[in-house]
Amino acid sequence: MTIENLHPGLNLGAAHGEAHTRSEPVIFGFWVFLMSDLILFGILFATYVAMSNGTAGGPGPQELFNLTSIAIQTGLLLLSSLTFGFASLTLKHDEGRRRHLLIWLIITAALAVAFLGFEASDFHSMMQKGGVPSRSGWLSAYYALVGLHGIHIIIGLLWMAVMLAQISVFGLSYQVKVRLLMLGLYWHFLDLVWVGIFSIVFLAGVA
Amino acid sequence: MNDPIFGRLEWSSFSVHEFIVDPSINSAVVAGAGMMVVIGGIALLWVLSHYRLWGKLWSDWLTSVDHKKIGIMYIVLALVMMTRGVIEGVVMRAHQATALGGGFLSADHFAQLFSTHGTIMILFVAMPLLIGLINYVVPLQIGARDMIFPVMNQVSLGLTTAAAALIMISLVIGRFETGGWSAYPPYTGSVFSPDVGPDYWIWAIVISGIGTTLTGINFAVTIYKSRAPGMHFMRMPLFTWTALCTAIMIVYAMPPLTVSSLMLALDRYLDFHFFTNDLGGNMMNYANIFWMFGHPEVHIVVLPAYGVFSEISATYSAKRLYGYRSLVIATMAIAIISFTVWLHHVFTMGQSASVNIAFGIATMVIAVPTGVKVYDWMATLYRGRVRITAPMIYLIGFFILFMAGGLTGMILANPTVDFQVHNSLFLVAHFHNVLIPGTLFGMLAGIHYWFPKAFGFRLAEHLARRAAWLWIIGFCFAFLPLYWLGLLGMPRRSASFTDPTFLPWMILALVGAFTILGALVTMVQMGWVSIRDRDQLAVPVGDPWDGRTLEWSVAAPPSEWNFAATPDVHSIDAFAVEKASGRPYQPALQYEDIEMANPTAMGLVVCVAATLMGFGLVWQIWWLAILGILAIATSVIVRSFRTDTKRIISASELKQAHGNWLDRVANTPAVTRDEEISFRNRGRSAVDVVR
Repeated sequence: MTIENLHPGLNLGAAHGEAHTRSEPVIFGFWVFLMSDLILFGILFATYVAMSNGTAGGPGPQELFNLTSIAIQTGLLLLSSLTFGFASLTLKHDEGRRRHLLIWLIITAALAVAFLGFEASDFHSMMQKGGVPSRSGWLSAYYALVGLHGIHIIIGLLWMAVMLAQISVFGLSYQVKVRLLMLGLYWHFLDLVWVGIFSIVFLAGVA
Repeated sequence: MNDPIFGRLEWSSFSVHEFIVDPSINSAVVAGAGMMVVIGGIALLWVLSHYRLWGKLWSDWLTSVDHKKIGIMYIVLALVMMTRGVIEGVVMRAHQATALGGGFLSADHFAQLFSTHGTIMILFVAMPLLIGLINYVVPLQIGARDMIFPVMNQVSLGLTTAAAALIMISLVIGRFETGGWSAYPPYTGSVFSPDVGPDYWIWAIVISGIGTTLTGINFAVTIYKSRAPGMHFMRMPLFTWTALCTAIMIVYAMPPLTVSSLMLALDRYLDFHFFTNDLGGNMMNYANIFWMFGHPEVHIVVLPAYGVFSEISATYSAKRLYGYRSLVIATMAIAIISFTVWLHHVFTMGQSASVNIAFGIATMVIAVPTGVKVYDWMATLYRGRVRITAPMIYLIGFFILFMAGGLTGMILANPTVDFQVHNSLFLVAHFHNVLIPGTLFGMLAGIHYWFPKAFGFRLAEHLARRAAWLWIIGFCFAFLPLYWLGLLGMPRRSASFTDPTFLPWMILALVGAFTILGALVTMVQMGWVSIRDRDQLAVPVGDPWDGRTLEWSVAAPPSEWNFAATPDVHSIDAFAVEKASGRPYQPALQYEDIEMANPTAMGLVVCVAATLMGFGLVWQIWWLAILGILAIATSVIVRSFRTDTKRIISASELKQAHGNWLDRVANTPAVTRDEEISFRNRGRSAVDVVR
């Protein structure tokens, strides 16, 4: 790593002083955590694929999936990654405009809430059609994988709420900046996982 | 429908209830075990109150974020759990010695015993022992002041303790699961085990698993980012290397366990169908995921023992470790290959012969780096200034017994042989033969070796040696007969048997179990005598064994900040090189202000909340479970708003303290290796051998 880049991903840069130097071990540690978290998803992906034939005579992907809604969810989540990217760039280059940072974070959160709304409505309509987790092994694997991603999004939203409060209370102290960097990694990570879910669960399911 | 306040909990859930309504030897053992937990708890509270230790306990231990204190607490937890595990082992041996056509315990109780014994020994003895040792030693070995995330370290301890508490509670209230430590469904699913037993197992595993994952992250990042200047990777002590490999393995191996346990929980609580017999479930997925954790876990618990053996073989032969580079490569190789062999735990699962062969060969390949290590340690001893201290007795026991265990592992790695002996006592003999002489002897050797560093006085050597021999002899009697019994065809986990040819071997194994109990009692006696004679055994200068690595260059016990000034490392075995050049114990050129984490009750709050959450989930007391989860979430959020988390220790205070200690070192006479275990050893080593 060079002086400018102390850790993988977006670095704040030397101009941020303490926030930059202190971010090194914390962000590195968070990457390690994400790798561990990725194993959770990896195992659930593998389970999902292994159980994809376990519909046990119950409804399958063709009957249950609504690709239009999935397309909207994918769009919302990818867009939220973009808006978080703008928040990170504001943090790095335009620290003075704290209001911009807050607005980008709020837009990100709003997109995530919309995503969750569509996801919940999908779950609801699936259950209406008899696609409940207790119906088959395949549905169990589906709800566990997609549900774990949803729970991660909810935790991310809670984290964003805490960060909004901390920006208001502490301003952009070094702790707040480092936490925003971590939240950014987390958010983009969830997007990547969603791309996996989109491809392996939904596209492969109805293709 | 469950009671909204008490869930599934009833008066008959208490383990003493069965004894009251149906007195028998079996129910007396059940009730007695529960009472021992309660009496032990009350005795602890009484001691703490009588000697007015609550304040000290709170400020010095429970709220401490010092890696040294946390490490010691991990080891204390492990020793408490080990006491229970050993007693369970003795009870099981006693039962099987009477089990020709019967036995004094019920089959169900026997099943609970082998399930708790396995779960406890792996996850609440081996893991906390090695995590405690790594916690204590690694920051000192790499010249760091603490773990990189001290509060997370405390939280990890809190989670592990909460899980251990759940297992202890299961002795008093309710029951434990009966499906072994691996808890295979569908037997542990809600159809066959509707009781609370598997739920205790699940939540203990999940809670401790999360704690251990955080620990792994902490260790790995600490070793990557907190090394002193000049402490390059290839200058790190071997114990730190094994700690790094173990940490990396923890980060990747614990999530599968967490996932498989949670999937089992979903099956049991919400009627999911991951591992059920019907509706598309497949229990083989569980076996695969569990052993994706389970096999790396075996090497997680043994690698730090290899690290200990590397340290003690060098120190107690006063020689530089032979083949440092090959030991590092071997450690890394084991860490990686151990992720590719998990299927050998389920050779009989029904996959094709070629799949079995691939995993069998991978399993045999692990013996190569392990063999490299053993040769390196023997070469280290060769022509060294060897002293047969207690840790060295464990090393000798390890050399011979672990070799035997490794060889039977090679036998089991052959799928055709495995088909014959799997699920027999041959397997039980094999894994005890690697875990006891490997992991346990390593950890005990490490505890003897570093105890003087942690507490400032040595352990009574004669009793330590006696305990070591008792462990070795007890092991041989308790477990070697099981190989033979396995070959005779006795299945593992049998509550009773009908073939009288098994009986003499069972009685021999019982003798071994009592010898191991004797070893445990001798260790308690050793602790007692050592504390009594602590003034004669004191080694305040902190280098009683002529140590080679940085942890021996500081006082015993070390100051809270470990190093008054961050050491500058120029070579492998930095402290030995300093001593050889005649320049150890130098004042620093410059002292700087340092930042240390403040004490916090965070870990304790998480511990209590996680225990309540686990208990609530087990008994389906939903309000309690929700309360526990909310308490954990709230404590994390509240903590993130605290800004008074750090304090500064000034350079002048450090300079003063270091100066005082250096004066003390200068006034302490040094002893040679001949007088190492005499009362003249005050922790300053004369350099009588230079290699």
